[in-house]
Amino acid sequence: MDALLAQVFTGVSAGAVLLLIALGLTLTFGQMGVINMAHGEFIMAGAYTAYVVSLVVASTELSLLIALPAGFVIGGLLGLALEASVLRWMYARPLDTLLVTYGVGLVLQQVARDVFGAPAKEVPAPGWLDGSIPILGYDFPLTRLFIIVLAGLCVAALLAVLRFTALGRQIRATVGNRDLAETIGISTRRTDRATFFIGSGLAGVAGVALTLLGSTGPNLGTSYIVQAFLVVVVGGIGHLKGTIVAALGIGLLQAFFAHALTGSVAQVIVFLAIVAFLQVRPQGILSVRTRSLA
Amino acid sequence: MRTKFSSRILAASSVLALGLTATACGGAKTGDSATGESCVDTSGDTVKIGFLNSLSGTMAISETTVFKSLSMAAEEINADGGVLGKKLEIVSEDGQSEPTVFAEKATKLIQDDCVAAVFGGWTSSSRKAMLPVFEGNDALLFYPVQYEGLESSHNIFYTGATTNQQIIPALDFLKQEKKIESIFLVGSDYVFPRTANKIIKQYAAANGIEVLGEEYQPLGSTDFGTVVDKVKAAGADAVFNTLNGDSNVAFFKEYKGKGLTASAMPVLSVSIAEEEVPGVGVGNLEGQYTAWNYYQTIDSPANKEFVTAFKAANGAKAVTSDPMEAAYTSLYLWKGMVEKADSFAVEDVIDAADGVTYDAPEGTVEVDGENHHIAKTALIGQVNSEGLIDTVWSSDKPIEPDPYLKSYDWWKN
Repeated sequence: MDALLAQVFTGVSAGAVLLLIALGLTLTFGQMGVINMAHGEFIMAGAYTAYVVSLVVASTELSLLIALPAGFVIGGLLGLALEASVLRWMYARPLDTLLVTYGVGLVLQQVARDVFGAPAKEVPAPGWLDGSIPILGYDFPLTRLFIIVLAGLCVAALLAVLRFTALGRQIRATVGNRDLAETIGISTRRTDRATFFIGSGLAGVAGVALTLLGSTGPNLGTSYIVQAFLVVVVGGIGHLKGTIVAALGIGLLQAFFAHALTGSVAQVIVFLAIVAFLQVRPQGILSVRTRSLA
Repeated sequence: MRTKFSSRILAASSVLALGLTATACGGAKTGDSATGESCVDTSGDTVKIGFLNSLSGTMAISETTVFKSLSMAAEEINADGGVLGKKLEIVSEDGQSEPTVFAEKATKLIQDDCVAAVFGGWTSSSRKAMLPVFEGNDALLFYPVQYEGLESSHNIFYTGATTNQQIIPALDFLKQEKKIESIFLVGSDYVFPRTANKIIKQYAAANGIEVLGEEYQPLGSTDFGTVVDKVKAAGADAVFNTLNGDSNVAFFKEYKGKGLTASAMPVLSVSIAEEEVPGVGVGNLEGQYTAWNYYQTIDSPANKEFVTAFKAANGAKAVTSDPMEAAYTSLYLWKGMVEKADSFAVEDVIDAADGVTYDAPEGTVEVDGENHHIAKTALIGQVNSEGLIDTVWSSDKPIEPDPYLKSYDWWKN
């Protein structure tokens, strides 16, 4: 029972990490069709934001809470800059966006290396996330619980924005049928920018959260980008609920196989499972019903 | 559209063809120099040496510091009159964290730049990729990092520790000082941890230590929830950690988060030096053990000089670590060999190598002419509250290198 509980928790927390890093991508890749390889570097930018905030704000107790919105804004602004300078010219050419954004990612990594230095930085965790709370005989690390809660909040906020706000309706309309949305007076340019801002901002938030688990270095993003795309593809491109199911599913599978076998073998099995799954359901867990003519 | 596309292909393939011819020509030319005598030019008042470190890519974080300490040694030697009266001229190449690039750049340094010796490499895969290049061209490589042993090339000098100078002393420490009866092995999934753990398991079997678990995570993995759960459930007396790079950060954060401490279940790491401590976080590492042959805190005149000079060149916050010291030492050892041989020729230098000593920051080291490693003192350290590492146990005298573990009767390859 203990071991089972531990694995469920580990799986859910790994799933929450996957969810955080993939959430922004469901918007930019899923809704807009932009293959943004620089998404990982936006995550990295979020992590460095947490580092800078921890230097500026003397109180470690508060710095994380300040870093979260700051990371959102920094990630979002980077996304806006990328959209305005490069991506707006390439919406019809998804493969070109892949190459261009990969290049942008490399540039951002080098910028981080030049500004902050190659060695990893430590972002001190606030005291209130120190240690763990025992539930049913298992010690739950507070940092992991925090990430699960944060992932939940981000999903809830995103769902609320998409469902209840004018912007959300415009985003959904643009995804459903871009041309028709324009004919009823929606500025799809503005909607694209807003979507990209939110998607990239969520990457920044993920970066801040990741400082609680790992190191903050220029290569931070590269270790997460593949997993992020994997989650989005498995979940069904452009489908928020699918992303949630996929993230938790992959996290749990990984945790159980890692417990029963070893970490490396677990990764191989999960990859194989994903390949097999996509053979049966290439559209992912859920698929979007668009009303576009193409 | 179609014509445009095919004309592009045509253009691309002609560029490619041109490139191929160019390399073919280059290959022919360099082939000549490889079959002939070495092209090292010692007629002037300078001599070229090559530094080959990853200044970009994932290993840049570690190898840049090695490059800095090599550069410092070269400047010191030049300020002191050079080697055999010749100033050192540095040719630096970037290995880009790619073994194939290391092999390519090594070839360039040897055949095009005609350097007298090359210093660098970090990962075992980069060394394995360069080995045939150095053997094929009969050139010299000085490799400065502790590694998994079981190798001894005629053309390579290994100035970092081999396993009997780092891993076996670390096990001796755990057995004698910590009186451990069981151990848990955690490592990254590649050649060094797998080989190290093979040695550890045979040592454990011969010394009555129970191995309670052996876990590998892919290189760069940051998900240690399950691994730490297993470590905790096993309840071993100590953990032997051969994780590399960023994984250490995630592992130690998880370790502390799940309530495990250095006093209850110490972790002994073989890949965490002064440089890596701030990244992992002093709070997560304080009290944990490391096994190396050099620490910044070593109290000796040679080390004080080394640390002061390094900080003067790289800022007061710069720290010195084992691989940096081994790289710095390697340049001085080469100087000693060249001066003993009174020649820059590779075979003369190799013949003269045996018994060359140098008063390194870590203490006096001596080259073993047979296996090309150096005798080093093993030091077990403990991370202190300032993020530096204090020596808590030492092998007292330099340990003779034994890369194939021939002197250990429990070892069966």
